[in-house]
Amino acid sequence: MDRVEKSCKNSAGVRQNRALAVWRQFRRNKGAMIGLIITAALILLAVSADFIWDYETDVIGMNIADRMISPGTKYLFGTDNYGRDMLARVGYGARYSLVIGAVSVLFGLFVGVPIGTSAGYLGGRYDTIIMRMIDAFSIVPSILLTILMVTVLGTSLLNLMIALAISTIPIFARITRASVLTVRYNEYIESAKAIGASDFYIITKYIIPNCFSPILVQATLRMGTNIISAAGLSYIGLGVALPTPEWGALLSASKQFIIQAPYLCFFPGLAIMITVMSINLVGDGLRDALDPKLKR
Amino acid sequence: MAKYITKRILMIIPIVIFVSFVVYCVMDLVPGDPARTALGDEATEEQLEIYREDHGLNEPIVVRYAHYIGGLLHGDMGKSIYNNEDVWQLYFSKLPYTLLLAVASVILTVITSIPLGILAAVKRNEWVDTGASALSFIGLAMPNFWIGLLLIILFSVHLGWLPSSGAGAGWKSLILPMITCGTGNMAALTRTTRSAMLDVLRQDYLRTARAKGLNEHLVIIRHAFKNAQIPIVTMIGTQCATLVGGALITERVFAWPGIGSYLVDSILKSDYEVVTGFVIMTAVVVSLILLLVDIIYAFMDPRIKAEYARS
Repeated sequence: MDRVEKSCKNSAGVRQNRALAVWRQFRRNKGAMIGLIITAALILLAVSADFIWDYETDVIGMNIADRMISPGTKYLFGTDNYGRDMLARVGYGARYSLVIGAVSVLFGLFVGVPIGTSAGYLGGRYDTIIMRMIDAFSIVPSILLTILMVTVLGTSLLNLMIALAISTIPIFARITRASVLTVRYNEYIESAKAIGASDFYIITKYIIPNCFSPILVQATLRMGTNIISAAGLSYIGLGVALPTPEWGALLSASKQFIIQAPYLCFFPGLAIMITVMSINLVGDGLRDALDPKLKR
Repeated sequence: MAKYITKRILMIIPIVIFVSFVVYCVMDLVPGDPARTALGDEATEEQLEIYREDHGLNEPIVVRYAHYIGGLLHGDMGKSIYNNEDVWQLYFSKLPYTLLLAVASVILTVITSIPLGILAAVKRNEWVDTGASALSFIGLAMPNFWIGLLLIILFSVHLGWLPSSGAGAGWKSLILPMITCGTGNMAALTRTTRSAMLDVLRQDYLRTARAKGLNEHLVIIRHAFKNAQIPIVTMIGTQCATLVGGALITERVFAWPGIGSYLVDSILKSDYEVVTGFVIMTAVVVSLILLLVDIIYAFMDPRIKAEYARS
């Protein structure tokens, strides 16, 4: 076991160097850096929203005197039918989309990665059964699966995240299994086995670190998809409900004022687009930085 | 080949049975009492019991499912709790609208994205490529229903050219939903086409084709594109499948009378008989589309055809 640990310490050093190399590669990619900066700014906005706006008065409080004011100097994004400042509502909404995106992906990873790893590592009949089940589920479109889950669980923020996570599980399981299969037969796995390392040790110390890149890239890109799906569900009334300023819910409310106040449906959509785009830029940048084929 | 197709069709059956069983069980977990939904709040406990007895609601779930699947094979998926309409007939009355929208949107996607993707790959790192990449980045990040709303504001409210909802105005009604469904797909297909073409353009046989003096157009279309088709067709197949089963939100934005809007309506009205039936039928239709894609592979690539013949 001594030797296993020693070689592991070495590999930890290698990993650190590799992370540095990936970061250098990533930094050179202009689009990815722009995406990273915007994402960081959005996270900052989401975290500090409570210091900028007071939820009770600015975000959901009504101000009938100022209703339906078009965007201008007083209200940059205009006001809605209750006189609420759309800037405050859209700004505050950042936290919902980011939290939904992040939590649903983390949930999905938490379940999907062990399923995929075990299927790929153990192989045999277990693998066949798991993969058949996942294949079977892929014939129900992911958005439909999410909607069904929300129907069963009931509409709430938490249930929305669970539903999105459940629809994400098959994707992570599949991609993890595929990358486990590419490393499983490598010689270093065999040598770890020969030294007498346990399966659990091999999986956590060798397999998962070596499968990390495709999973990380997929997780990033999936966050964008989940944010869009969540907004869509709120739009049709199966996600987060008003007066919560979730972007999809804001768009849903704006539809009835499409003639008098088209600006109401402009900003929440723009916010979704910018968020998803910057996350996708980060994901693409990560993929390019992590893919050894594109290096040099 | 015929043997392969038969085998694949037979393989759909267990998958559909598995998925429909899961859907049936999941829908059974939905809170609420179907007897209460059907008879209303005034119904007495006795009336509810009679309804449950008549509709077999007291049987164990496996028995109920067996009845259900038996009915399904005869084209009977029960009746809507809400308006007593036959679910099977409802599905097939909505399917043509959904198929029409899906086909129109896929055609739009194919005729715009494939040329753009090829051009971007051939003119790699030039302005066409950068422009196409930027456009597809934006397209992928825009929620469909937002695009729909923007199009309605521009073309229905301001310009008054196209209707904003329903399917009553013939081809004019189709245009906005078609573009809305297509935007994300166009972005995705452009990217797929570009990367598939880039993979092929690196190959040696293209150099050979050029070396023997073929003109560039012929090289690109006949030699390169033909070999880049498989990932492109896979992507188009997935998009078709998603459109048939998953254009729920877009259909709802435009009140398009297809499967998606009816399904969402039924969920909001707790009409679970319809929801169960529609989801199971979607699974069947999607499996058939995926089978079709596999068959198309065989026509495009003789190696795949040979593999099918062997299996």
